[in-house]
Amino acid sequence: MTVTTITRQEIVDFLYTEAKILDEWRLKEWAVLFTDDGTYDIPPLGEPDADPKEYLFFAHDTRSRLQERAERLLKKEAHVEYPHSTTVHNYNNILVSNLESDVITAECNFTIHRTKREVMDTFIGKHFYEIIRRDGGFAIKSKKVVLHLDSLRPHGKISLIL
Amino acid sequence: MDNIIQDNVEDSEFLVNRKVFTEREILARERAEIFNKCWLFIGHETEIPELGDYKRKKVGGRNLLFIRSHDGEIRALFNTCPHRGALVARESEGNSRVFRCFYHAWSFKNDGELVGMPGMDGFPEGFNDEGTKNMKAVKRVENYRGFVFVNYDQEAVSLEEYLGNAKEYIDLVADQSEHGLEALGGVQEYSVRANWKLLAENSVDLYHGMPTHKTYFDIKQDQDPDLKKVKLEGEGVELDNGHAVIEYVAPWGRPVAQWTPIWDEDLKRDMEQMKEDLTERFGTERAERITHYNRNILIFPNLVINDIMAVTARTFYPTSPGYMEVLGYSLAPKGEKGSHRMARNDNFLEFLGPGGFATPDDNEALELCQEAYNNNEEVEWNDISKGMVRGAGNAMATDEVQMRNFWRQYNMKIQESLKKEVVQK
Repeated sequence: MTVTTITRQEIVDFLYTEAKILDEWRLKEWAVLFTDDGTYDIPPLGEPDADPKEYLFFAHDTRSRLQERAERLLKKEAHVEYPHSTTVHNYNNILVSNLESDVITAECNFTIHRTKREVMDTFIGKHFYEIIRRDGGFAIKSKKVVLHLDSLRPHGKISLIL
Repeated sequence: MDNIIQDNVEDSEFLVNRKVFTEREILARERAEIFNKCWLFIGHETEIPELGDYKRKKVGGRNLLFIRSHDGEIRALFNTCPHRGALVARESEGNSRVFRCFYHAWSFKNDGELVGMPGMDGFPEGFNDEGTKNMKAVKRVENYRGFVFVNYDQEAVSLEEYLGNAKEYIDLVADQSEHGLEALGGVQEYSVRANWKLLAENSVDLYHGMPTHKTYFDIKQDQDPDLKKVKLEGEGVELDNGHAVIEYVAPWGRPVAQWTPIWDEDLKRDMEQMKEDLTERFGTERAERITHYNRNILIFPNLVINDIMAVTARTFYPTSPGYMEVLGYSLAPKGEKGSHRMARNDNFLEFLGPGGFATPDDNEALELCQEAYNNNEEVEWNDISKGMVRGAGNAMATDEVQMRNFWRQYNMKIQESLKKEVVQK
């Protein structure tokens, strides 16, 4: 029996691939990266561990909701993203842990630029992932986006997937 | 500037001069006649439930401390040191008996009273006998059913008089729970690169619902095919002092209390119980209205209370003609059951807020309006006529009577100002 060991580099490549898929607006493929019980959360600013019952989140998506989010953004009637904005998702300071476990965890800093109608907005913060092995590759069990901003000004919205 | 509005009832035409969205002079006049004189929402009383709880708030351009002082009174202190002016409280929220300005270490009780400073021998005895060295408080702070307002005009009429018959609609929201409403944590602070009055209009505009939010309705219809059968039937109503409301049959699930098949059977029973309780308290007709009808309420000039798929309050201020800062709240019955609260929050997030499936499209619509007002020199007027042709008292919820009421009040205030010199900041 061969036990394959997952390397940190494989996880890093998986995250970079996610970022590339988002920047190329292949959003249906992005939803597929998630497990059937996958979740996508953006807790309120300054409250990364907030309870979604007690606090107003920006996004608290189940697997079906994150798919709706992705599919909506591809429609022409998702006016805020039509025509599509141009984005750059940069992930860095990536730390991978629990490589030996069923659930691998990863965190990274992100800098995401969005430009549309000659206005650029920059989102900064940290992503927290739970990742599992699937079909010789990986799948996201949870993704939590912790924005390191004082307010959503001047951005005004989180219309793209972070 | 030419006329602000053209209000032509005979021809069923109502126009708004687009310069009100772009001119700095107009903003200066709005500050003088509207934001310095109208009642402005500062927050919900449940944001500061305990003695000493405070939150920093920007209201009408001022930096305020919204605080529950140790005598139990809710105050709005100007967050500036009476000594040399520095911001006293620097954390955005917390709980404190005393605030100390770090610059020269003057200290204040949480009702604003000066209680100490270093080097007191350098000041005369009775230095603060008149209280002029205390942190100054906004003199007019009033509360209607948990909604706390300030007014910078000491001569202003009372809040209740100002709200007038809009109270009836605030009551319909506040009556959802015997225990009152509470504001959830995580108040959303965002912005729109557009004039603040565009959001006042948009928040009570049902006409834009389908074209702007088609993607949202697509998702809801997938979840609940029966949704298609419900039309947005209802009425638009002009209220006192420029306030206005639209009230209409809710096509979607309402946490209080209209069940939809996306929710489970437990919630169904929960909501039926809720409706029974409301019927007991208020009778069938009012209970029906509370549970099955949406209402978008605009309190002039800049408070919106929308009781729709969840309850949101939002308030917004201009920092320039083309930019506003928005605060978005979620309000819910105190003590709501966990599963019920979660259904509410999901409903909220699906439509509302900067990460919702609808609000960002509103934001985009407003920004496109603002951008295209570059053409104001040649293309001068907005049309707000929808429904005038139906005659007074017959406005549908998808008409624009509620916006006309806002604009008539706005016009009155600015016309008043045009008689005076206003210094532009």
